[in-house]
Amino acid sequence: MGNAIVLKYHVSTEDFTRAGEASSDVKGKLKQMGVSPAAVRKVAIAMYEGEINMVIHARGGEITVEITPEQIKMVLADVGPGIPDIDKAMQAGWSTAPDEVRNLGFGAGMGLPNMKKYTDHMEIETELGVGTTITMLVNL
Amino acid sequence: MEHKFYHSVRLDPDLCKGCINCLKRCPTQAIRVRSGKAQINSKFCIDCGECIRICPHHAKLAVYDSLDILKQYKYNIALPAPSLYSQFNNLDDVNIVLNALLLMGFDTVFEVSAAAELVSEATREYLSEHEDNLPLISTACPSVVRLIRVRFPNLIPHLLPLNPPVEVAAMMAVRQAMEKTGYAREEIGVSFISPCPSKVTYVRAPLGTEKSQVDHVLAIKDVYPSLLAHMKKVGEDPGELSTSGKIGISWGRSGGEAGGLFTENYLAADGIENVIRVLEDLEDEKFTNLKFVELNACNGGCVGGVLTVENPYVAEVKLKHLRKYMPVARSHMDMEETVEEMVPWTTGVEYEPVYSLGGNMMESFMRLNQVEELCKKLPGLDCGSCGAPSCKALAEDIVRGEATETDCVYYLRENLHKLSEEVSILAGDLHAGNTAGQETMRILKEYIQRISSEMAKLDMRE
Repeated sequence: MGNAIVLKYHVSTEDFTRAGEASSDVKGKLKQMGVSPAAVRKVAIAMYEGEINMVIHARGGEITVEITPEQIKMVLADVGPGIPDIDKAMQAGWSTAPDEVRNLGFGAGMGLPNMKKYTDHMEIETELGVGTTITMLVNL
Repeated sequence: MEHKFYHSVRLDPDLCKGCINCLKRCPTQAIRVRSGKAQINSKFCIDCGECIRICPHHAKLAVYDSLDILKQYKYNIALPAPSLYSQFNNLDDVNIVLNALLLMGFDTVFEVSAAAELVSEATREYLSEHEDNLPLISTACPSVVRLIRVRFPNLIPHLLPLNPPVEVAAMMAVRQAMEKTGYAREEIGVSFISPCPSKVTYVRAPLGTEKSQVDHVLAIKDVYPSLLAHMKKVGEDPGELSTSGKIGISWGRSGGEAGGLFTENYLAADGIENVIRVLEDLEDEKFTNLKFVELNACNGGCVGGVLTVENPYVAEVKLKHLRKYMPVARSHMDMEETVEEMVPWTTGVEYEPVYSLGGNMMESFMRLNQVEELCKKLPGLDCGSCGAPSCKALAEDIVRGEATETDCVYYLRENLHKLSEEVSILAGDLHAGNTAGQETMRILKEYIQRISSEMAKLDMRE
């Protein structure tokens, strides 16, 4: 299937009120596609976690979503500080979010673990001081 | 039972001017203006009544019964909604309302608020037994259940599978009436006095139960004048007919149902736009530690129903005043046998994927692709002139084959602009004598023809 639907989103800096717009848009489109409710749920949850992470840690970034009838591929790229220790970051409850973010109810240390849990495949490329690119796949 | 997409909200085409007010207000984008008249897509409509509220020409209406139906029965039962009590000035005793209903011609009354107290009790029990499936979402507002059915499939398992108070009230009242009078079921008429058209939809095509025991739905605003007159005839010391307390009466306003569950971990949202926002977030599992979610399509809850007469916020104050000296609750599950069987749902709710763009995933995928391409071409002004609520909605209509690009006035304008530019180039050529005269004249005529046919399309729309 050559002609994938490609959607691009810009996640703006430190704007919590807008975080979630991209995942919400994708969710609506998947429902119109008749994708199974279970897959819609996985994508919505994983992508929202990713969006919030980009706002908290990386001052925003770019999200590209590729939809084909076989799978949904989400690429979340930022030019943030990078993840110093991926193994630690993947542990449930481990968080480096600042207090003001925690006070908003975020930063519970479930971001990356949830993203992995709700997708069929996840890859993290990160370099300190350069940025992080996370690729997630959900099979349809 | 009527069709699964039965609706109580309708259009009066004679009054409809084809404006865009309802188009823009509809929370599910169910309305299109075609050939100068609004049309409601029955698959998208959830009977919330927003279009009735907004229409300046009163072209949107709700279907409900008139008081004449009382004549059809030997014995008539009135089921007053809790919100009914909030419609009167200085009312300090609900018994005045209940006695006035008897004077109006009903043989008995059964308060929906009394049944509500039983549903509150059953909900508390259900919550404690289903802690692995929290939060549970209230199913008392039929518009909310219908919205979830078409738009939030992942939340269907979270629907509280208990009958709404009006259904439980009808079942209990029918049983009591049959025992008392010995009449057959069809000789007894059960009329709900309702704040909203959504309940009419529920009664005609219920979700969660095969057939509603409510026979008719009357509008609060219809009953109001006569009821008010009869309330004045009720004496100083009205007979005690009420069997409900604070918990039951509170169901009439937002937060009332949740308040009766004795937990702090609840969320109550009212107003259909707010409800949609909460459902979106619930679907993304953004809430933690939440046990119960109460959602009402109308602002303020049932007191804000489109068939009420009082301002919902004033009504809420009145309800609060009325509650003040009431006991917490007066109806309990153990008071009557077999009530427990009346509360749980007997059927489920199934997802209706009405928003799918095509018949299967492949077709939907292709159409979604086309929608994306079309959206880039359309002006993005969401002006509504095409008869769809937004450019995106028009693009979806186009790929479904229900509209065309030329429905967009900006698209048409651009077309006209291009054509007239070409005409003026040709005319310029003709004037300068650059081309063979006859041929140019022919092309010129053809262009003018095309311009007028484009113009005709514009006229057709009006």
